[in-house]
Amino acid sequence: MAEMLFQRDVYGKALVELGKENKDIVVVDADLSSSTKTNLFSKEFPGRFFNFGVAEQNMMATSAGLASCGKIVFASTFAMFATGRAWEQVRNSISYNNFNVKIIATHAGITVGPDGASHQAIEDIALMRVIPNMHIIVPCDGPQTREAVLAAAKTPGPFYIRLGRTKVPTIENKSEFRLGKAQILREGMDVTIIACGIMVSEALIAAENLEKKGINVRVVNMHTIRPLDSDMILECARITKGIVVCEEHSNIGGLASSVDEVTAENYPITVKRVNIKGRFGQSGEPAELLQEYKLTSEEIEKSVLSIVS
Amino acid sequence: MKYTDPDIKELHKKAKQIRRLIVQMLVKAGSGHPGGSLSATDLITVLFFHEMKINPQNPADPDRDRFHMSKGHCCPLWYAVLSEAGYFPKEKLWTLRKMGSMLQGHPDRRTPGVEVASGSLGQGLSVSVGMGLAMKIDQKNSRIYCLMGDGEVQEGNIWEAAMAASHYKLDNLCAILDSNKFQIDGKIQDVMNLEPLEDKWKAFGWHVITIDGHDIKQILSAYDEARSIKGKPSIIIAHTIKGKGVSFMENVVDFHGKVPSKEQEIQALDELE
Repeated sequence: MAEMLFQRDVYGKALVELGKENKDIVVVDADLSSSTKTNLFSKEFPGRFFNFGVAEQNMMATSAGLASCGKIVFASTFAMFATGRAWEQVRNSISYNNFNVKIIATHAGITVGPDGASHQAIEDIALMRVIPNMHIIVPCDGPQTREAVLAAAKTPGPFYIRLGRTKVPTIENKSEFRLGKAQILREGMDVTIIACGIMVSEALIAAENLEKKGINVRVVNMHTIRPLDSDMILECARITKGIVVCEEHSNIGGLASSVDEVTAENYPITVKRVNIKGRFGQSGEPAELLQEYKLTSEEIEKSVLSIVS
Repeated sequence: MKYTDPDIKELHKKAKQIRRLIVQMLVKAGSGHPGGSLSATDLITVLFFHEMKINPQNPADPDRDRFHMSKGHCCPLWYAVLSEAGYFPKEKLWTLRKMGSMLQGHPDRRTPGVEVASGSLGQGLSVSVGMGLAMKIDQKNSRIYCLMGDGEVQEGNIWEAAMAASHYKLDNLCAILDSNKFQIDGKIQDVMNLEPLEDKWKAFGWHVITIDGHDIKQILSAYDEARSIKGKPSIIIAHTIKGKGVSFMENVVDFHGKVPSKEQEIQALDELE
């Protein structure tokens, strides 16, 4: 049975670890520190933690001011508010200045659950992708969350790291985490599945089931959306018959669109998508929402089969 | 603290020179924002040539005070002051808004002396709060000065920053509100009324100082007073005239974002002799 972890717990602990090593690390939050787990840092280093209350635009622009004075700022809130409410502050105050502000947003995707549509960010990757300079990482599990946070701390420039709300299974036998380098989790020559976040484990389940049907798929964990591993995408396009991209995100502007942008210009190939098509979220339990929005291993299998048949 | 007359005369002269540079710069550029640059000239002249601890030869001096122009469209004023103070040669002023220039249409970090880009109104007070917090963490005595416009304080982000500055007791932060009573679509009171403005800032926990923004003595006193306040941030609400110093621009709403013609430039420079 795989280890199940809350990504935000891993994040909170990683922050404390970073805070001990580097006194220039400052953490800010917008009234959600008990959810984002920045409260672990605030307990250890109260002089370097600032809560701005329910005021995300202020939080992001203030982070820019802190970064201009040499601080490495970790700014947290829910994905909807980090990338939606404060989008322009992120663009004009943080990214345009190329500041060391690391936006670690939790509660991304529809698996936010009962809170419903207003809180289910399904467009956050797209919103961050259109901003130049912004690095973007979608870690697949607990341990990768720590790797992503550490990479963000030591790489100059703005970062957006997308974490979910639910417990996620730890994916075993991953290769070393390298920013901008996708990980091949399973080899296969028929079709490639490129996934990020919680869809990685669904992709591996689909791959197991497909193997029983005689179809061998390559499964790629594309954790870094920017800088995108175009080489990996093109290699997959060249050696397999097609690509299925899976993400807990809108069909518009996220990982699938990123893959399209590379293949369309360089190596046109069928790119199918398992993601959210033109709808807002809604209240429900995470498992039933994933069914409702067709973000399942069954849907992935169907997409793979449609390529090979 | 008393100011002897020579200081004030020098500051008047300097402000006049800054106004001349603003007019010339804008005519050369062919576009930009004269009205709000001229209304804040006296405030920022005193700031750079008397109040602030600056090091033009080393803009990264760790003990420097910091200035942030949140009303970024008035950057001709900032650029003129920076060049007069020695951050870069005067010739650069004539490249304002040209492609490849280190003087962009709204300020960014290409310009020596500009630490954070601005231009999108309402974000600069938050940026200044961040700087103030950084100084507190590092236990430095540096002061942070932030210039805002009155149209700008219609932005909600400003009030979020105002709450935060007060909550975190940022007595190292001095905001300056260039209250020239006009915005783009007309008078502030007609477009979106701000009154009672002083009361609002007091209610948000700020120490409020109200002055005539063109009276050098009052400006000097205001900065003194702000520096003496402990435990809360200060704001200098400066009543000013948009386009101040050029008769045909004063209180004329159109000169928010329209530059004078060559003929008008001659008249303007004449008045600023």
